Amino acid sequence: MLRFLFGRLWQSLVLLVIVSMIGFAVLTLAPGGPLSQFALTPGMTQAQIARIAHQMGLDRPLPVQYWEWFTRLLQGDWGRSYRDNQPVLSVIWSHLVATLLLMGTSTLISVLVGTWVGVLGALKRYSIFDYAATVGAMVALSIPTFWFGLIAIYLFALRLGWLPAGNMYTIGDGSVLDYAVHLIMPSLVLALVNVAVWSRYMRTAVLDVMNQDFVRTAKAKGLTRWAVLTRHILRNALVPMITLLGLQLPTILGGALVTETVFTWPGMGRLFLDSLGYSDYPVVMGLLMLSAILVLIGNLIADVAVAVIDPRIRLG
Amino acid sequence: MTDMAFKADPAPTQRWWQRRAVKRFLRHRLALFGLAIIVLLVLACVIGPYLLPFDDLYIDLRARFSPPLTGSHIFGTDPLGRDLAARLFMAGRISLLVGFAAMLISTVFGSLIGIVAGYYGGKIGAVLMRFVDAMLSFPSIFLLLALAAFIKPSPIMITLIIAATSWMEITRIVEAEIKSLRERDFIMAARTLGLSNSQIMFRELLPNAMGPIIVAATLTVARAILLEAYVSFLGYGIQPPLPSWGNMLNGAQQYLDSAPWLAIVPGVAITLAVTGFNFVGDGLRDALDARSDIA
Repeated sequence: MLRFLFGRLWQSLVLLVIVSMIGFAVLTLAPGGPLSQFALTPGMTQAQIARIAHQMGLDRPLPVQYWEWFTRLLQGDWGRSYRDNQPVLSVIWSHLVATLLLMGTSTLISVLVGTWVGVLGALKRYSIFDYAATVGAMVALSIPTFWFGLIAIYLFALRLGWLPAGNMYTIGDGSVLDYAVHLIMPSLVLALVNVAVWSRYMRTAVLDVMNQDFVRTAKAKGLTRWAVLTRHILRNALVPMITLLGLQLPTILGGALVTETVFTWPGMGRLFLDSLGYSDYPVVMGLLMLSAILVLIGNLIADVAVAVIDPRIRLG
Repeated sequence: MTDMAFKADPAPTQRWWQRRAVKRFLRHRLALFGLAIIVLLVLACVIGPYLLPFDDLYIDLRARFSPPLTGSHIFGTDPLGRDLAARLFMAGRISLLVGFAAMLISTVFGSLIGIVAGYYGGKIGAVLMRFVDAMLSFPSIFLLLALAAFIKPSPIMITLIIAATSWMEITRIVEAEIKSLRERDFIMAARTLGLSNSQIMFRELLPNAMGPIIVAATLTVARAILLEAYVSFLGYGIQPPLPSWGNMLNGAQQYLDSAPWLAIVPGVAITLAVTGFNFVGDGLRDALDARSDIA
């Protein structure tokens, strides 16, 4: 097990290095670059721009710049925001919590709903419910999340007035209930796509497990259908779902960012857009790196969890 | 190679529509429905602008914010009094074209990397696939937005950027497929006959991996249309006055209360197009999967 753990950890570190190179390349090689904000300032001479470039270390060879940036990254020094000179990590931190809250709630909803839609679809295969769930999932996957958010705002906030149209809390309130009310719409909108994905995979996983010998044995022992379902079928069908959750993480995170922009949710997605608008490269860079690191950690946890639950994986 | 080719028994002559895969596809009701949606949308976008009495850029300030079905404005007008239907169809040309072109680029590039990584394996394969893994660790929307914000946006650049962030899935699929095909007998035979590596890769392996590639390509069109819509919605994609389904939604949010059709009409168009491609992709998967032969 320890060997598996170290192997997997090493793999993640290698990926982290490649990820950091890609992120650095994207931000450095893109035309415009960190100096484009000064180029348009009136009265700025070429000599002054060159001086700023020298101060910021931008005139050194790229590998040197990368190495410096990468070692600082590992030490937790992610640079300072161009906008307000705050350390990047502390700027991101407050937004990270909001994004994780949205992602967590939404994932919980989609796992619960998706599991049951998938299980029911598999148990009653080719029924009207199964067919409706299949078509419904495909349509749900086709609706643009941001547009679905707009329509939800139009219906439930503007027409019916049941829910707030955006933000995370009402200024001056901020009770738990207030947060919860603000969380309902964005988390449900974000959950729609994930329910679709989750239920499809769950249906396949249950169908795979359902016809295996140990399920027949369990039935033959005279266990109730409920016991067979929860203790034998679900328990085995859910193992590959943990891996899926890890693999889906970039999509869920991306979806959360999209949802945030529509609901003015103060998370990483909003911060990313705002920083892009201000050409605040250190923050953009920090968000790119942090989201990739979150995904790497998520995948690592998923793989280790599966190995803990299912001994065949770590031995095989 | 030509002079020593074996003359195989000629296969029974078969028109393409008599093939089993085609038959299976035609039996797939959802896929046909999806195909019908796509054909209708393409026709509407190609012919529609000629049939409407309005130009997509004609501004009529007296007719601002007309709701749908006022006069000859079937979908109403926008804040400048431009006909929404005319804009929708012109935008559809851009959005569908961007989606299709991005699919072509990312499919060709993704398959190429996948074939090389799968065929050579070893160090080359490992390096290429770790790069794919790393690219997939970023939420593609972040990469897409960052690139779109740095690079001066034009329809061609947006297409390239979308392609640059969506080829990895295809590479994964192709690499896995090629890896399993590589060990089969016919490849051994091809090697024995002295075929070069590139001949084996592109004339033996590629045709046999075409099924999964076609399915993935279809789903990539859907994905590319969604990505274009989102980036343009945020103002980093296709720039006005050139309309796209995404940038039509760009201003719609602030008029959501007073003019909801501005948001509803383009959104429905995007959803229809994406649903169409997803249905067709699903049908193709069922039709091209040799294992579902029993059906």
